Amino acid sequence: MSQEIIETDEQLLEKLANSEYKWGFYSNIEQEFAPKGLNEDIIRFISKKKNEPEFMLNWRLKAFRFWQKMKEPKWAKVKFPPIDYQDAYYYAAPVQKATPKSLDEVDPEILKIYDKLGIPLDEQKKLQGIAVDAVLDSVSVATTFKDILAKEGIIFCPISEAVQTHPELVEKYLGSVVPYTDNYYAALNSAVFSDGSFVYVPKGVRCPMELSTYFRINAASTGQFERTLIIADEGSYVSYLEGCTAPMRDENQLHAAVVELIAHKNAEIKYSTVQNWYPGDKDGNGGIYNFVTKRGLCEGENSKISWTQVETGSAITWKYPSCVLKGDNSVGEFYSVAMTNNYQQADTGTKMIHLGKNTKSRIVSKGISAGRSDNSYRGLVKITKNADNARNFSQCDSLLLGDKCGAHTFPYLEIQNQTATVEHEATTSKISEDIIFYLNQRGISTEDAIALIVNGYAKEVLNQLPMEFAVEAQKLLSISLEGSVG
Amino acid sequence: MSLLKIENLKASINGNEILKGLNLEVNPGEIHAIMGPNGSGKSTLASVLAGREDYEITGGKITFKDKDLLEMSPEDRAREGLFLAFQYPVEIPGVSNANFLKTAINEIRKYRGLEPMDAIDFLQLMKERAKLVEIDSSFLSRSVNEGFSGGEKKRNEIFQMAMLEPTLAILDETDSGLDIDALKVVANGVNKLKRNDNAFVIITHYQRLLNYIVPDYVHVLSNGKIVKSGSKDLALELEEKGYDWIKDYNQ
Repeated sequence: MSQEIIETDEQLLEKLANSEYKWGFYSNIEQEFAPKGLNEDIIRFISKKKNEPEFMLNWRLKAFRFWQKMKEPKWAKVKFPPIDYQDAYYYAAPVQKATPKSLDEVDPEILKIYDKLGIPLDEQKKLQGIAVDAVLDSVSVATTFKDILAKEGIIFCPISEAVQTHPELVEKYLGSVVPYTDNYYAALNSAVFSDGSFVYVPKGVRCPMELSTYFRINAASTGQFERTLIIADEGSYVSYLEGCTAPMRDENQLHAAVVELIAHKNAEIKYSTVQNWYPGDKDGNGGIYNFVTKRGLCEGENSKISWTQVETGSAITWKYPSCVLKGDNSVGEFYSVAMTNNYQQADTGTKMIHLGKNTKSRIVSKGISAGRSDNSYRGLVKITKNADNARNFSQCDSLLLGDKCGAHTFPYLEIQNQTATVEHEATTSKISEDIIFYLNQRGISTEDAIALIVNGYAKEVLNQLPMEFAVEAQKLLSISLEGSVG
Repeated sequence: MSLLKIENLKASINGNEILKGLNLEVNPGEIHAIMGPNGSGKSTLASVLAGREDYEITGGKITFKDKDLLEMSPEDRAREGLFLAFQYPVEIPGVSNANFLKTAINEIRKYRGLEPMDAIDFLQLMKERAKLVEIDSSFLSRSVNEGFSGGEKKRNEIFQMAMLEPTLAILDETDSGLDIDALKVVANGVNKLKRNDNAFVIITHYQRLLNYIVPDYVHVLSNGKIVKSGSKDLALELEEKGYDWIKDYNQ
């Protein structure tokens, strides 16, 4: 076994840049599409397909009309050619004879896709202790462990199903944290969203397992606009995981999701994401545009919302999972690792809006840039007049691999109450050749050395993930930097 | 069969020739000391042996365990059993000593066709070797060298050496900047790890360390060549007469 000696930084970077995307396969399943383009008829089509009640269609149309008057935001530190919103499909669904009642009725070809992704859905192989909702392009294709959850009174189902079965909850909460007027992509999502997950945890219930949604884009020229709504009623607890992949294509595909979380009094929601959308090839062709609005409302006292994200994918990431700390003593957390390689661009961070008294927030952001990528942290800490004794701690670190990438930090502070305590720490470091050589001298290859350093650097965030996910995320970080995928 | 054989080695950096035809042979079970004034090429020799890429090899040959060392990547040299205790150990934030050593040991074992070390055995080994170099076990969960004093960093080098059990260990001025207690710990580590089947090359500016580690051979390096070799007494003679004495040799 001969090991190639990496002569220079240049070659090392070259090697890193040649990493491949392992989840880039395309599955040839029969699908039905709505006609290309976006207009009121398409929205009516989607709503009809979903057999939605009147209030949903009206809400979508209002959102669409509002969106038409809006302009794309330009303030993020990302560059991309104009998107032709008329040149995409807004609805793609695998053709299934009827809505599957159980997993036995799901098309075996679809089950195969998830098997290939390491997310087995069939009864024998289901992941222990994790209930999965699998979303393929525009629709949810399967949800596991529904019965067990139902015994606790927990609702975990595709949002399209919740619209049918629990319209009162959907009507009450949908858009309550992220109104369709919020921003360009949220308005677009509100108009055309086709599926996503819905979770309701009743009063005093601690959800006995991790809930998870696995998003997969399969069809070409399709935008994915999922909508997730999670409600934790008083004194409840839920941990939710989200994963995603897409086939390798040389065109850019749009993903504009909205996630809304509501935590009532004494409730806690832990939301973890491992985002691995196709990042484009090493020359920057193709990849997903990931324009996502995620926001949690700590509605009641002593409530807590914690976001953890490991972002390795997408050509462009535009995403700021935020917390609105309305209830007194509520807590918001944001833990993030964002890794960019080749020509990827990420502008990501969080907003912590302190409204209630004694509210606390914590931000730990770790950016890793390699290749010719650009990685920006953008965060807002806002302490309003009535938020007495609010506290925030922010730590934003950047790690650079090579000298052709960029790392930027844009912290915004708006403090309107003198009793606030706000701390901000930031560091930038580079993986030096000396460190690599030191590790080489101990028998560790350059690739493993970088993985060791990167995982060490990201540890504080990875530790926040549920066990199974932490291991996956660690592997993902290594693979995203590897020269070749074994 | 010699463990390491260096023949007429020439190496330069940025066009400056530093090693100018160096010869050295090290057999299993031996301790060699290499002494010399600043700029004589001591650290260059250590770096070239470990495979640092800043140096260009312009001539000669190095055989390690009957293999062409210069053909091997730095990590493969380590996996073959070559260890360098660095003069200036780096800090690696976020990577614990334990995780770092576990990775290193398992990479080396993989290369040798062995299964990864069992976690319990690994912990056991760590505790035992930590004692050998008198380090506190809390140190094992700290990041590699981060915030360590100069002495702690050097002690950590010896600890790593004890963990990896190399066949050939090169100590590059490990004694520089150490107080007498730390010096004794380093020497003690070497003496305890010494076996019939391994060897040490101790690079030093001062004779001091050799009061505690008794070398089988002492070589004097000057202007890129070994100009004089002898027994441990040579070190004492050098100490007494100074390096100027060697300069005369060069002429």
